[in-house]
Amino acid sequence: MELTTVWFILIAVLWIGYFVLEGFDFGVGILLPVLGRDDRERRVLINTIGPLWDGNEVWLLVAGGATFAAFPEWYATLFSGFYLPLFLILISLIVRNVAFEFRGKRDDLTWRRRWDRCIFFGSLLPAVLWGVAFGNIVGGTEIDADKEYVGTFFDLLNPYALLGGLVTLSLFVTHGAVFLSLKTLGDVRDRARAIALKSGLVAAGAAVAFLVWTYVRRDGAQLAGWFVLLAVLAAVALLAGLEANRRGREGWAFIGTAATLTLAVASLFVVLFPNVMPSSLDEAYSLTTTNAASTHKTLTIMTWVAAIFTPLVLLYQGWSIFVFRRRIGVHHIPADSPVVAAAEALAAEAAANTTP
Amino acid sequence: MDSLNIARWQFGITTVYHFFFVPITIGLSFLVAGFQTAWYRTGKEQYLRLTKFYGKLFLINFAMGVVTGIVQEFQFGMNWSDYSRFVGDIFGAPLAIEGLLAFFLESTFLGLWIFGWDRLPKKVHLATIWIAASGTLLSAYFILAANSFMQNPVGYEFNEVTGRAELTDFWAMLTNKVVLVTFPHTIAGAFITAGGVVLGVALWHLLRHPNRDSDAFRSAAKVGGVTIVLAATALALTGDRQAKVMTEVQPMKMASAEALYATTDGASFSIFSIGTPDGSEETFSIRVPKMLSFLATGTFDGRVEGINDLQSAYEAKFGPGDYTPNVAVTYWTFRFMIGIGMAGALVAVWALWKLRRRTPFKGRLAWWAAVTVPLMGLFGNSFGWIFTEMGRQPWIVFGLMPTSAGVSPSVSALEVWISMLGFTVVYGVLAVIEVKLLLKYIAAGLPPVAAGGDHSDDGEGAHNVNVNGNGTDEERPLAFAY
Ligand code: HDD
Ligand code: HEM
Ligand code: HEM
Repeated sequence: MELTTVWFILIAVLWIGYFVLEGFDFGVGILLPVLGRDDRERRVLINTIGPLWDGNEVWLLVAGGATFAAFPEWYATLFSGFYLPLFLILISLIVRNVAFEFRGKRDDLTWRRRWDRCIFFGSLLPAVLWGVAFGNIVGGTEIDADKEYVGTFFDLLNPYALLGGLVTLSLFVTHGAVFLSLKTLGDVRDRARAIALKSGLVAAGAAVAFLVWTYVRRDGAQLAGWFVLLAVLAAVALLAGLEANRRGREGWAFIGTAATLTLAVASLFVVLFPNVMPSSLDEAYSLTTTNAASTHKTLTIMTWVAAIFTPLVLLYQGWSIFVFRRRIGVHHIPADSPVVAAAEALAAEAAANTTP
Repeated sequence: MDSLNIARWQFGITTVYHFFFVPITIGLSFLVAGFQTAWYRTGKEQYLRLTKFYGKLFLINFAMGVVTGIVQEFQFGMNWSDYSRFVGDIFGAPLAIEGLLAFFLESTFLGLWIFGWDRLPKKVHLATIWIAASGTLLSAYFILAANSFMQNPVGYEFNEVTGRAELTDFWAMLTNKVVLVTFPHTIAGAFITAGGVVLGVALWHLLRHPNRDSDAFRSAAKVGGVTIVLAATALALTGDRQAKVMTEVQPMKMASAEALYATTDGASFSIFSIGTPDGSEETFSIRVPKMLSFLATGTFDGRVEGINDLQSAYEAKFGPGDYTPNVAVTYWTFRFMIGIGMAGALVAVWALWKLRRRTPFKGRLAWWAAVTVPLMGLFGNSFGWIFTEMGRQPWIVFGLMPTSAGVSPSVSALEVWISMLGFTVVYGVLAVIEVKLLLKYIAAGLPPVAAGGDHSDDGEGAHNVNVNGNGTDEERPLAFAY
């Protein structure tokens, strides 16, 4: 196989890893205000992803870095072309990530409510925008002969791409809800299961519509047959996952939604191939796995690095998931720490001293 | 301003901001690991409490390092797309490798460290912080290798057909003589900063609450102080090597660092000067004779080329244009880097001297020392980078690509404005919150530890909140929770 194809596949794998892993923690973030009825419940939700979200996010960073290394033209066109959506995603990730870290650092409900809002919007916005971005990549955008995106920000918000956004949003919510039903105890677990079913049905509808529309838009695709196969399997996996969820088989349900995301992202990459960013102006302007790629030499080096280190990463990330496998319930959440309390007392004392 | 200049401001702002957190993360991860190792070895509770205390400050800082780093990863494509197209074949690889080797390691093992206090055997738990700390070194090496290519492109060939720089020798790029000196220098800079944080916080506590945990803070202060002194020595030694390498690869930067316009043998180094901002005329200066020659060449009579000669040489080589960086900036940032950083070392020596006896630590000067010493490391680092990067101008890749050719053609000035203001505002707000939180946790002092020792991270009530009354492992509250 051509190395450019290998790297196309590897980048697909990185995005799959990202969607499967960060997908559930986006879902948890979006469900925070819905499922967490009081502070303790919200802390249960956040702690299910506490040790994992940062590692999950690195999949995105590596996907970005690998795109830069293997397909510099793709990296350059994509990130300069989709400038504002990417900017919004970055801002969202910033506020969301510091929110996880900072929300518990003060024993103050207003403070926590504000950070909860950051977690909610910081998860919601990227969940939608990644779908929009993929819709635009797959559907084709206005790329000119110089490989530059010449459309506007609003061109990116076309109905097809927005439907893509709805698909990722509803899939992530479902995936997150299933994850929560697998990782929590008691009340939260039951409510998570109920939500998973509802959002799962929305996701199924949206995903099928999006995949059909994709087929219509890109019917000339080289691997159209494979696309159809993967898309159908994705739909089947989703329905199977929902059924498992209904029966209370939470582990299977999670495997189902994870498989759905895997197959759906795979199907999009398959329909894209051999393009990486098709041009809607002229087929000849499209970025492809060959005209966007690095040299053979760079790809060879990167292949070795990936072959050696990816299994290692999977091994220790898997171990980390294993270490934190146990379910969390409200009774596991410690009362607020004496450190927070001590710090609060000191702050109050200082305030009292400065006000005459 | 056109989109080029806004993009440059944006890059400068976001990168300098990122680098406030980076040196603390690198240095403090090792110092915290050191405290934890001391606890593991000696079993002394004091070390556990120091681990948790500085660990908390480390984590607050780390969160900011991560979020500002995410922006860095995508900025090249967003604002510098032509640059990315031109060097992607070379520059992308270290960036991707950094993610795959280092970021996964750091994030996963820190997650294990933070949440693993009651889940992992003590020894394994200790290993997780050491692994995370090693990850920071790896990440620093690869990103610095990428940066060093911009300072001194090696291991590549310009391809006429594709119009881009292409990799010919990966090993040469990884062992660029610039990265070999920049890496130890930057790591030493990280340790001077982290040592400053440990020392400053400890001194503050000794001053504010002389009777609370003074033994623990005295030992922390010594650790911080010694770290600073060692790091400062390393900085001077590696900095000296760096100056020689830089004189070879970018003589213009060295000339601008001294505002030396005419080529001179046995050139002197001015510690301070007054004159026109770009140093072309001077009314007063304090000089160390022959010092610049020694720094640049290793001999006191060595020849240092001046800006005027280099400018004409570059014009002959690259065509007409202005090849001189902003001399006022390079001149002063170079002095501030050395001056502020080394002043931090002096403070550390003074504090260590005062701490050698068990007499109380107090006085106005002591307060100043506590407050300024963390800032000195931080700002020394910032000035160092601003010097390095602005001294390279007008090139984005030295001798190969001017900065003006690297900017994204398809991104409008409005878009860059939006993102620059957006990032700046969000960063500003977060800076205020972060500083307040840090101060609050510093003020709170060492956390209590319950009898069970390792079962009580944060002392978050590991033993007293037990709703079911039976203390099996499954039922006990988490030792650490957000
Ligand atoms: C000398 C060291 C150094 C330098 C010059 C830079 N960084 Fe950095 N970076 C680190 C050292 C570091 C670190 C110490 O490894 C950090 C700080 C906090 C952390 O998690 O890792 C980090 C975090 C960090 C992250 C987040 C990683 C995560 O989520 O765990 C990204 C994506 C980047 N950086 C990318 C960059 C880019 C593209 C830079 C160039 C402009 C850059 N950094 C300069
Ligand atoms: C982390 C410490 C760093 C700091 C504080 C820093 C600072 C700066 C500053 C202030 C500029 C603006 C210079 C100007 O516009 O005149 C700049 C430019 C730049 N730096 Fe760095 N830099 C750092 C590290 C790096 C690294 C590690 C890389 C590459 C991997 C890098 C790549 C660039 C690029 C691409 C520019 C282009 C913008 C320009 O030249 O105007 N920098 N940097
Ligand atoms: C005698 C003391 C020092 C000397 C001679 C020295 C020398 C240098 C030189 C020549 C450079 C530019 C390298 C290049 O552009 O190729 C540099 C960069 C830098 N310096 Fe220093 N330095 C000293 C002290 C310090 C101190 C105290 C700090 C921090 C507190 C510091 C932090 C930095 C940083 C972060 C950079 C940019 C990164 C790099 O290129 O390594 N330096 N230094």
